[in-house]
Amino acid sequence: MLAASTRSALARTNLARSFATTARAAQAAPVQKPVVEKEFKIYRWNPDEPSKKPTLQSYKIDLNQCGPMILDALIKIKNEIDPTLTFRRSCREGICGSCAMNIDGQNTLACLCRIDRDGGKDSKIYPLPHMYIVKDLVPDLTLFYKQYKSIQPWLQNDNPPAQGEHLQSQEDRRKLDGLYECILCACCSTSCPSYWWNQDEYLGPATLMQAYRWIADSRDTHGEERKERLQNELSLYRCHTIFNCSRTCPKGLNPAAAIANIKLELAAE
Amino acid sequence: MMSTRALGMGPALRRAAFGSRLAARNQVVLRSALGKRAIQTESLPPSASETILNKQRLSRPSSPHFTIYQPQLTWYASIFHRITGTSLSILLYGFSLAYLVAPGTFDSAHIIEFVHGLPDAVKYAGKFVLALPFTFHSFNGVRHLLWDTGKFMTVKGCYTSGYAVLGATAVSTGIFAFFY
Repeated sequence: MLAASTRSALARTNLARSFATTARAAQAAPVQKPVVEKEFKIYRWNPDEPSKKPTLQSYKIDLNQCGPMILDALIKIKNEIDPTLTFRRSCREGICGSCAMNIDGQNTLACLCRIDRDGGKDSKIYPLPHMYIVKDLVPDLTLFYKQYKSIQPWLQNDNPPAQGEHLQSQEDRRKLDGLYECILCACCSTSCPSYWWNQDEYLGPATLMQAYRWIADSRDTHGEERKERLQNELSLYRCHTIFNCSRTCPKGLNPAAAIANIKLELAAE
Repeated sequence: MMSTRALGMGPALRRAAFGSRLAARNQVVLRSALGKRAIQTESLPPSASETILNKQRLSRPSSPHFTIYQPQLTWYASIFHRITGTSLSILLYGFSLAYLVAPGTFDSAHIIEFVHGLPDAVKYAGKFVLALPFTFHSFNGVRHLLWDTGKFMTVKGCYTSGYAVLGATAVSTGIFAFFY
């Protein structure tokens, strides 16, 4: 509708400039792309009507009028069909971790997940599993962030260098590769069945991988205290090596291996 | 958070305004009509925010989990490991206690005699039902022990070892059920 009004406005200006007509005639006629209609079924829940149960709402859009990623489809639906659809998004390039959700059964970032071009199959979009829902696709991540805070995710060193930076060998630095890249999108933690059942006490893969990131850091001298805090039945040992976390990580990281390394270090004490 | 408002009418009205061809002429009229909004706002002190949040937290639903999560070898193998482990334990403890209570009925001689009298189909089915959980749980247990030493701790390692366990389970279950 907006396009139509711009086009008529353009036509008017073109009439004013006589040479524009010839240039327009030379242009090739635009190819009309076929309509590929795809159905998206999206989890809806509105806090203003708390007595209504969460439902799946269906939206149909033409994939040829939409960007390639699930986030593009969500934005298109919000812009053109239903402005009440609520979801988090920011960077649209997989570095902020805002648009984490469950797409066709797997937790991933909507901005990194391509739309399946098969128009015959619908796509189901749910919020991250087993989380309290603020609205629609927005889960309450308060506990997740609290857990992250509880592992004290900052450098702790009792003997800082007299001057300058903390130095580290290249070999020691390499130990942090595959750990520091985590963007805390919570895809892994909310894919973990152990986290589903015990998230009040089990820290979950994302937080544990960051715990290991500081244990493994050669510049940090508080490794013993960090390990001591995990030395109980629930914080760490609810991990049963299920591997959903590594399988689902949109950044291709391996939280399961990080947790296994903590277990090995605790066992070696 | 400080005030409760009923919003959301804006986009719909705007679309209605721009949508029709007549709209351009009527825009001024529409905008002046929109100026008087039928929205009720209520001013609340900042201290009320926590009460509102807590009230909302109480009514929040929990999102669906295992019913919507994609079936994957990772967590299905884990669940199956637990189920087989539990059922094998129940069988072992149940049998042991039964033997303790009635040693005359549950000794080896009586059981052999009982099974001997069963039809072949029941024998094979029974052996299959016993062998499958036992072999799966054993092989997957070895997989877990290897994981605990740090081996196969990648997604690829998880899948190759997982399929190896499934294959070994199928072969050994077949052997136990039909050749012993």
